[in-house]
Amino acid sequence: MAGKKETDDRFKKFGTVSFTSLTKTNDFITYLEEGKIMGTRCRVCGMTFFPPRADCYNCLSSDMEWFPVTGTGKLASFSRLKYAPVGFEGDLPYTIALLDYGTYKVFGRVAPDVSEDEIKVGMEMKAEVNRLPNGQINFVFRKA
Amino acid sequence: MGKVGIIGVGQSAFVRNYPGSIRELAFEGFKEAMQDAKIKTTDIGASIICSAPEYDKQRSPAGVLAEYLGLIPQPTFYLESLCSSSSMGLRTAYALIQSGLHDVVAVIGFQKMSEITSAESQERMGRGADIQWESPFGTMMPAYYAMHAQAHMAKYGTTSEDLALIRVKAATYGQKNPKAVYRKPVTLEMFSQPDNPLASPIASPLKVGDCCANADGSSCLIVANEEKAKEFCQKPVWIMGLGSASAAVNIAGRDSLTGLSVARASAAQAYKMAGVTPNDIDVAEVHDCFTIAEMMAYEDLGFAKPGEGKDLIRSKETYKEGKIPVNVDGGLLSKGHPIGATGGSQIRTIVLQLRGEAGEIQVKDPEIGLVHNIGGVGLYGNVTILGR
Ligand SMILES: [Zn+2]
Repeated sequence: MAGKKETDDRFKKFGTVSFTSLTKTNDFITYLEEGKIMGTRCRVCGMTFFPPRADCYNCLSSDMEWFPVTGTGKLASFSRLKYAPVGFEGDLPYTIALLDYGTYKVFGRVAPDVSEDEIKVGMEMKAEVNRLPNGQINFVFRKA
Repeated sequence: MGKVGIIGVGQSAFVRNYPGSIRELAFEGFKEAMQDAKIKTTDIGASIICSAPEYDKQRSPAGVLAEYLGLIPQPTFYLESLCSSSSMGLRTAYALIQSGLHDVVAVIGFQKMSEITSAESQERMGRGADIQWESPFGTMMPAYYAMHAQAHMAKYGTTSEDLALIRVKAATYGQKNPKAVYRKPVTLEMFSQPDNPLASPIASPLKVGDCCANADGSSCLIVANEEKAKEFCQKPVWIMGLGSASAAVNIAGRDSLTGLSVARASAAQAYKMAGVTPNDIDVAEVHDCFTIAEMMAYEDLGFAKPGEGKDLIRSKETYKEGKIPVNVDGGLLSKGHPIGATGGSQIRTIVLQLRGEAGEIQVKDPEIGLVHNIGGVGLYGNVTILGR
């Protein structure tokens, strides 16, 4: 069809089931494909955001740059699920968790090969890109 | 500015699979409140219809319910803040009345969770979080609260047994509440019996017994300005303090997982407006959608210092005879949690307590009561302080 623009729906690849396809932060997925987990930083006021966002509420700028999530974070908390929402049953059991990097926090899953009794609040972990069996992509936390 | 009073309260029984439509369900709570207030529908200037969307097949339920309840042609509108919708409704009614726009407002909460299948409902629950950044990891409400429990345990030494004690208390009073969906007794031992359904793990460290019961139900509050309240009602219960706050939808945006910032902020506002302190509260209803939620509420509301909530439940100070009775109607854990109706039901319990009409669960001579009602996982918070 003449004039039809191609839809940039890269975000539908995020996680076991993605509920979003259109977002201005679609580059996040391309970075994930390259093995990088990225947040955004406002070029005007310097505020950092994870999860990344396209717009800064602090100064109302939309001039953002990407920065990599590097180093380790402290495990703020976690929970191992024995029941899952529709679409996630095949992943059970899995552990969701929150890593505190100081200026921002990252929510994700603990890598499935980290055993349950090794996981302790306060432990240092690092985030790593992870490909899911269904072709989707996300990130997981491993012991630092 | 005059006072604003609650002159009528009502709720349906909270049940599984209500055998009727949403308008019939709403009628049950409305009828009880109208009979309590002894007023006519023409005395009501406006209605606020509160529920959480997506559980109903009906779009824009406000007009449908208002017509069924005889509240047309007065203005009506829909209000939602997830599980705290009807407390937000009361806050909005207060504003409509204090502005002088209306003398009497009805706040009607309802939820028919069984309108859709449980698979559909589970899928909607999964989307009650940040659907862009967190839901793709497979989140659900119990797991988010479980993360709070895990953090609370790590920081303060709270145990699974402490949480179970909260459920045991809820069941003690749920058995006495004819409108509760869960009326069976619960003992601490049940949580350590491997084949007991209550001991079944959901999201560590929370078990089935730590989670509230889904239910269908409705509630209704009739709210009036000082003049009308005194004209219509022998024992109006006055709104002394209102607090309300919001927080980041994503858990990554929260400063702390050992409490809810919305509860602390709402409580501070409500105490200040009412001119009272936590010590002045004689009876409270808190949002115990999970046992850990009640534990955090003890601390967020100032009934206990941070980390000392466990001492309150261990020493039974939140039982009916204790220092600060909490959820003596069975709470969400036993009474059930029909999302949009829950806040109205909590407020109803406190109103009946302050009037001395709570029957078997009556606390001795309370003068000031508090309601803590949370939407989502600490996304929205409302604290309401009521007095005689
Ligand atoms: Zn900025």
